[in-house]
Amino acid sequence: METPQLSSLYQQLILEHYRNPRNKAELEEKTVEIHMANPVCGDEIRLQLRIEDDHIAEAKFIGQGCSISQAAISMMTTKLQGASIDDALGLAHRFTELMHGDPEAAKDRTLGDLRALQGVSKFPVRIKCALIGFDALQEALKKHASEGSA
Amino acid sequence: MAAFDPALIRRDFPALHQTINGKPLVYLDSAATSQKPKAVIAAIESYYAHDNANVHRGIHELSRRATIAYEEARGKVARWINAAEPAEIIWTRGTTEAINLVSMAWGLDNVGKDDEILISVMEHHSNIVPWQLLAMRTGATLKYIELDDHGRLVLDDLPSLLTARTKIVALGHVSNALGTINPIKEITAAAKKVGALVVVDGAQGAVHTKVDVQDLGVDCYAFSGHKMCGPTGIGVLWARKELLESMSPYQGGGEMIHIVGRDASSWAEVPHKFEAGTPNIAGAIGMGAAVDFLSDIGMDAIAEHERSLMEYAMQQVGAVEGITIYGPDSLDERSAVLSFTLGDAHPHDISTILDSDGIAVRAGHHCAQLVMKHFGVAATARASFYLYSTKDDVDRLVAGLGQVRQIFG
Repeated sequence: METPQLSSLYQQLILEHYRNPRNKAELEEKTVEIHMANPVCGDEIRLQLRIEDDHIAEAKFIGQGCSISQAAISMMTTKLQGASIDDALGLAHRFTELMHGDPEAAKDRTLGDLRALQGVSKFPVRIKCALIGFDALQEALKKHASEGSA
Repeated sequence: MAAFDPALIRRDFPALHQTINGKPLVYLDSAATSQKPKAVIAAIESYYAHDNANVHRGIHELSRRATIAYEEARGKVARWINAAEPAEIIWTRGTTEAINLVSMAWGLDNVGKDDEILISVMEHHSNIVPWQLLAMRTGATLKYIELDDHGRLVLDDLPSLLTARTKIVALGHVSNALGTINPIKEITAAAKKVGALVVVDGAQGAVHTKVDVQDLGVDCYAFSGHKMCGPTGIGVLWARKELLESMSPYQGGGEMIHIVGRDASSWAEVPHKFEAGTPNIAGAIGMGAAVDFLSDIGMDAIAEHERSLMEYAMQQVGAVEGITIYGPDSLDERSAVLSFTLGDAHPHDISTILDSDGIAVRAGHHCAQLVMKHFGVAATARASFYLYSTKDDVDRLVAGLGQVRQIFG
């Protein structure tokens, strides 16, 4: 097996998001919040969304964890501001494909900064780190849908 | 006996001789589980290949051989920790089950709602949660000995924490997260004055140092095979025979009974009373082989080797810029565990970068979330050493930490 390269994992963009996370703050006007933790490693996130009609008006998070988890969440939130719920779910789906090594997803410019995380797919034990933010997003949208229909 | 030579010892451990990501493996995760010597692997293989049968059941030859090997292993463990007799050794799945056994079999009968259970902030989750469950079921109060800045128990508080209501004092011999060695004998003497049962989580204790359970004066001592060169899935609860005889059974089933009636049954003698069902026979035999292996080398020699290695590791790792080491500074108070953080690099990232260099360390909360909280960190990286660890391993670790600094610098 080829030895995965550390340089492909620790891209400058990832370290930059880790040190200067975007949208890391309490969202006072949140309409939905999801707390997610990985008890194995201690990665933790509270994702807060303000959903208006069929789109995410605002997304913020509070969290702690490794560079991969925190950078991925930060990058994700930059893509969520103003996105429709359908687009957000599409993004989650596309990013999951990226983590599973899908070469098409790696070329997809709609992923934006998140493409910097494609090296994570070569480090199987770290994929869950990258996905914790999107897992929280999918839970949040599920919760929003069930509360909306209630 | 030949002089202690880790290079020679390493030849006995097949798993150490491999490359990871193109680099020779440096295994620094022995506190999670140790590697296994050939003698242990061979003992397990030999049992399955030649003597496999159920124990204490058949009249046939294989069953006789299996029973002898299984009971011989019990005797080896008993002598190793200076138990008064083999019957004081209860086979369990590991330290965790041994502690749960005491909490259920002794705790439910002897702890009431006005009573107290004293543990510490330093404990592994396996020596916290069973007591929380016992407290929930009985209404007893769970109290904690706090930690100081060097990760030592604040024993000045002990006189006020121990009261006439203290029924159980349960402490780790050595902290898996910090390496702190606790003064068990001293604490036990104080606990005995109020009549408390003293239970010791020895998962990181007997592994590294000679343990004499009678000299310690404790009531129960629990440890696991897999951290001391033995297989997983086997461990030991040692307790004084009178105590074991006074305790209710833990699980019901075959092996642990004397006569079974429609409404009630009578129990087998200790230790079998606590060993319901077909036991982990191969595991016990493997653990017996591990005891032989460690005894041949000598626990004092192992402890001495680890101490000099830790001295070197504390100096070398301690000199890395940006490093924070957790736990006691003094080698008298610290076992072969080095818990650290490095700048703003998360321990998981440290572990991934080290792994790319073939170096295995643990990253996370080490099943000691209360310790992490005490030091205000979510996780640490942990390098842990054993008899087969070398100064070269430490040098490789330090070089790997240089790479962490390069990426996160």
